[in-house]
Amino acid sequence: MTLLTIEGLTKAYPGVLANDHVSFTIEPGEIHALLGENGAGKSTLVKMIYGLVRPDSGRMALHGHPFAPHKPGEARAAGVSMVFQHFSLFEALTVAENITLGMENAPPRAELSARIRDVSQEYGLPLDPDRLVGDLSVGERQRVEIVRCLLQNPRLLIMDEPTSVLTPQEVDTLFQTLRKLSAEGVAILYISHKLDEIRTLCQRATVLRGGKVVAECTPADETARSLAEMMIGGELAMPKARSFSPGEPILRVMELSLPSQTPFGTDLDRITFQVRAGEILGIGGVAGNGQDELMAALTGERAVAEEMIVLSGRHIGRTGPDRRRILGLLTAPEQRLGHAAAPAMSLTENAFLTGRSRQKLDSLGFVNRESTRSFARAIIERFDVRTPGAATPAQALSGGNLQKYVIGREVLQKPAALVVNQPTWGVDAAAAAAIRQSIRDLAAQGSAVVVISQDLDELMEISDTFAVLAGGALSVPQPAAGLSVEKIGLMMGGNLAEEADHAEA
Amino acid sequence: MDFSALNPIALVASLVVAATPLLFAALGELVTEKSGVLNLGVEGMMIFGAICGFAISVESGSPWLGLVAAAIGGALISLIFGVLTQVLLSNQVATGLALTMFGLGLAALIGQPYAGIKPPSFPKLDLPVLSDLPVIGPLLFQYDYMVYVSLALTVGIWLFLTRSRAGLVLRAVGENHDAAHSLGYNVILIRLAAIAFGGACAGLGGAYLSLIRVPQWTEGMTAGAGWIALAIVVFASWKPWRVLLGAYLFGGVTILQLNLQALGISIQSQYLSMTPYLVTIIVLVIMSADRSRAALNAPASLGRVFHKTG
Repeated sequence: MTLLTIEGLTKAYPGVLANDHVSFTIEPGEIHALLGENGAGKSTLVKMIYGLVRPDSGRMALHGHPFAPHKPGEARAAGVSMVFQHFSLFEALTVAENITLGMENAPPRAELSARIRDVSQEYGLPLDPDRLVGDLSVGERQRVEIVRCLLQNPRLLIMDEPTSVLTPQEVDTLFQTLRKLSAEGVAILYISHKLDEIRTLCQRATVLRGGKVVAECTPADETARSLAEMMIGGELAMPKARSFSPGEPILRVMELSLPSQTPFGTDLDRITFQVRAGEILGIGGVAGNGQDELMAALTGERAVAEEMIVLSGRHIGRTGPDRRRILGLLTAPEQRLGHAAAPAMSLTENAFLTGRSRQKLDSLGFVNRESTRSFARAIIERFDVRTPGAATPAQALSGGNLQKYVIGREVLQKPAALVVNQPTWGVDAAAAAAIRQSIRDLAAQGSAVVVISQDLDELMEISDTFAVLAGGALSVPQPAAGLSVEKIGLMMGGNLAEEADHAEA
Repeated sequence: MDFSALNPIALVASLVVAATPLLFAALGELVTEKSGVLNLGVEGMMIFGAICGFAISVESGSPWLGLVAAAIGGALISLIFGVLTQVLLSNQVATGLALTMFGLGLAALIGQPYAGIKPPSFPKLDLPVLSDLPVIGPLLFQYDYMVYVSLALTVGIWLFLTRSRAGLVLRAVGENHDAAHSLGYNVILIRLAAIAFGGACAGLGGAYLSLIRVPQWTEGMTAGAGWIALAIVVFASWKPWRVLLGAYLFGGVTILQLNLQALGISIQSQYLSMTPYLVTIIVLVIMSADRSRAALNAPASLGRVFHKTG
């Protein structure tokens, strides 16, 4: 008997039809993939199944009975659990407290701790109930979410982009757990844009585009390319290959150590690397291993010892962000809204914020409106930013368009060195390809580029050299060509330079 | 200087009485802040509670009815802040400051006819034998009932926050409101309840001043106690027992200042009146010197606007 039947679900938000008569079914024990680009309506759909959002019309049935949860508690009681992409966890609470918050009828503390230990052992997800979640790695945090679901004996487990933050080894462990659950009859609705994973893991797939179901297929019978083309509804543009001939070292970081300023942050531990003209250095690693701290040191938001950062032979460790820009070191931080761009300010004003000194957008303390506007227009045009105009506030742009804008703003200033963090996070495939291409073009023109990212595929695609940030320390950068995913996975797990060198030898 | 004029027992007793209104207000604000809401209107809620309690007990002749009215009044005025910040998503800092001004003004208006009146007196604990013991009696068993209520409230809030599921949910909402929402908790309702509780406690604190400690109504009689209560919450790094410690410490500073003045020590009285506030600033500087440790205890969503989406 079918586990979950979805018929004609429709949900409209002001200005956008998020789900348009979506229908499909999930069988017991099935691992069912839900595919689609950002904005295709996947999140809205699963939120309706989980009771966070009420559909405008359409019906759902669970085990043949009408199913219309009004809140997550009702969905959980009916046997539907969900693991969120951005975890629904509380850092200052313990594992056990986090789990009890997500349960309907939580047992007393001692009994719960025992059950957490049992279930986590049984499914190969070891967890200590008394540890603070803030002290856990990202992979361990995901275990907390999964164990929280498993303790409620779900019939359907929804997983939203579960592997985007995991090391390859952790992904393997997760897949074993999911297969075991599937064998026990638990259905899994698996949302991901990692097509190779879906091909190996999922038995069926439903593809959404623009809020509609556009295809159903068996992933194993498709190629990653054909799946991607179903998602975007067109040809996938592949980046052009590039020959790499490095020049002089431009940016050097030497023995950079920096204590973190946030309670659950990571201290940087003697980070050393150099980037040459024309080179792209990819820095991989799971989030929370020092990426934010490294970025803060490179942008100049936090001062470090003068000799720790060297730009074209000049010590700039204590130099502030604006002076670094004049010297040629430009940066694009991870968070588009609020860090890379001021949300309520127009694109023109945002162009002024980082372009002022290099592009000479002011004179005698006054903003030169005409040249600022033409700089903003140049970014919009060159990087195909879809917006009504340069006067639009940054927050009105979609994630992908704003990301193109903030990267383009730095690229157009012809930096000697560019540092970007998560350049394509939450960006659809077409925009991501365009952003990557612009980064490669910049390097081809002789800039030194550092790309910090959690997306290994992305790093493998664009990096010339590759290093991993783990626990605040950086592995020795190596040529990216010839690195295997397994080796990178070991490096990400914390087996740094020595291990990689052994593997090399 | 004549220190013999200082009676240590009377000193401790007056310290406890000075600390109790601070303790009430700070405990209420602790619960509010644990839910992730920064309500800077404590001063306004206290003074409003003070006049509500005073007016009702004068009119009814019952001090107990006055206290109930003070708690209800404090909760109601805090809900103005609650609706503005939680439902209409206004800025918490600005709204809290506005609440203080509003409370001070409204209390002055209501209080016009009550200046110079004496309220019905409040009963004190009188246990047979125990209260009559020398030294121990006046130190432990001769206070008004509200002192004991405030101590019980400290224990109660500690148990609530650390032992109960409802307390866990409250802390979770203060820690990460988005996660709490996605788990199905009603963030806005929980926060409104916490705000109302904070208002009720602040109201009780104010009424303690006007009905028991002073006891009289004068305009602006809270004289900054609400701000000290806010400082105590940070000083206590959001822990109930340390709130108790902080309240008695600041109560002690206040009493010391009064007694030094009475002793005629030749310091200008303005300097002495400054001391509680100076101590507050110094403590806050010391507390925040280690940024990461101070941040660890603070509710992570404190003061952030919760915008409910999908």
